[in-house]
Amino acid sequence: MAYQFDFVDVFKYTDVLAKGIAFTVTLIGVGGTLGIAVGIFGAWARGYSRMKWLDWTVGAYVELVRNTPFLIQLFFIFFGLPSLGVKLTELQAALIAMVFNLGAYSTEIIRAGIEAVPRGQLEAGASLAMSRLQVFKHVVLRPALQKIWPALTSQLVIVMFGSAVCSQIAVEELTFAANFIQSRNFRAFEVYFIATGLYLVLAILLRQGMRGLGNWLVFGRRSP
Amino acid sequence: MMEFTLWDVVRNLLLAARWTIALSLTAFVLGGVVGLVVLFGRVSKSKRLRVAAMGYIELFQGTPLLMQLFLAFFGLSLLGLPTSPWFAAALALTLWTSAFLAEIWRGCVEAVPRGQWEASASLAMGYLQQMRYVILPQALRVTIAPTIGFSVQVIKGTALASIIGFTELSKASTIITNATFKPFTVYAVTALLYFALCWPLSAWSHRLERKLGAAHRH
Repeated sequence: MAYQFDFVDVFKYTDVLAKGIAFTVTLIGVGGTLGIAVGIFGAWARGYSRMKWLDWTVGAYVELVRNTPFLIQLFFIFFGLPSLGVKLTELQAALIAMVFNLGAYSTEIIRAGIEAVPRGQLEAGASLAMSRLQVFKHVVLRPALQKIWPALTSQLVIVMFGSAVCSQIAVEELTFAANFIQSRNFRAFEVYFIATGLYLVLAILLRQGMRGLGNWLVFGRRSP
Repeated sequence: MMEFTLWDVVRNLLLAARWTIALSLTAFVLGGVVGLVVLFGRVSKSKRLRVAAMGYIELFQGTPLLMQLFLAFFGLSLLGLPTSPWFAAALALTLWTSAFLAEIWRGCVEAVPRGQWEASASLAMGYLQQMRYVILPQALRVTIAPTIGFSVQVIKGTALASIIGFTELSKASTIITNATFKPFTVYAVTALLYFALCWPLSAWSHRLERKLGAAHRH
């Protein structure tokens, strides 16, 4: 084969890659946290709020997000919303799109966990004169999160892979960095190969991080 | 200056949606075939095959689809193969789909009780006969709902093919936006078209799942 691979040429741009990784980590860190918060609210709204309209609205939101591609959601937020007067920077748009997207998926995941909490627990909570919100907060949420923590972790990894798409609105994350480097040195295959490897490492780290976070927040015993 | 009506936008997007459907079907059908091969490796008796299949699945599930598309697009040309966006997109999506389907189906094959393997082995069936006559028919019932559910992911995945320059629904929406300067309308219609493609499949998968769940409870 005539083509000579040259991976060294990519490592001249280590700083660009490092900046890309920093952006990707920021996106998944901030987007992930807020997305899960939206998911908890959504799950509460669907199972516990007892408000029909809220249940219905969240249900429609979940279906809408789950049946359209992330790319189009991102383009709609970044290119479409300005005509309504909502102007966003690339990073803001990317974060909103990620929260919007993850919120819907995690609503469904957390709801599944909530439905798996035995009825007796709810009744026990109610018999202690807890309000419905208190039951949700103190009795239901933690066991529910324990049950679905692995699923939530997988969804976060999927969302991180989805964040590669944010390069298309010029958010300078890892894929954007790869595009930038290959436009400079024309070593497209090598650059994307390395970027793919970096995503693999990031995914492993994210899984580890979620395990640690889960042990601390969800599985661990906090002192009263 | 030319004026674009809403119908112009919708009509052109509908025309482009044909390519989304074609790419989805290609990836899904070919991915199913490759996925079946990977599945056989994943549940085979040979450890080497199992490890290889596991590595294959990890590789495609553990990296972004967009990166796989880029690598297919730029990598094929390095191998001296003629690269068109269509070919690269179809290849990458096929491999990606096959890894996910193999993993989904593995779960279903393993859900078939061990006794069925032993019973069929005691009837002097070979491995392929066991799979063909005993295991797969039973696993098939369980696979239908998640497989249809995954087809939604495939359709959404084809949107990324626009980034390597394949003109399907997403690429067309960008082109039309550039011509009409109506991003709000165009992307909203595009989202609705994707929704119209995906939602019936989601609902169908969900209904099958519930039906199967009900059958299991009784």
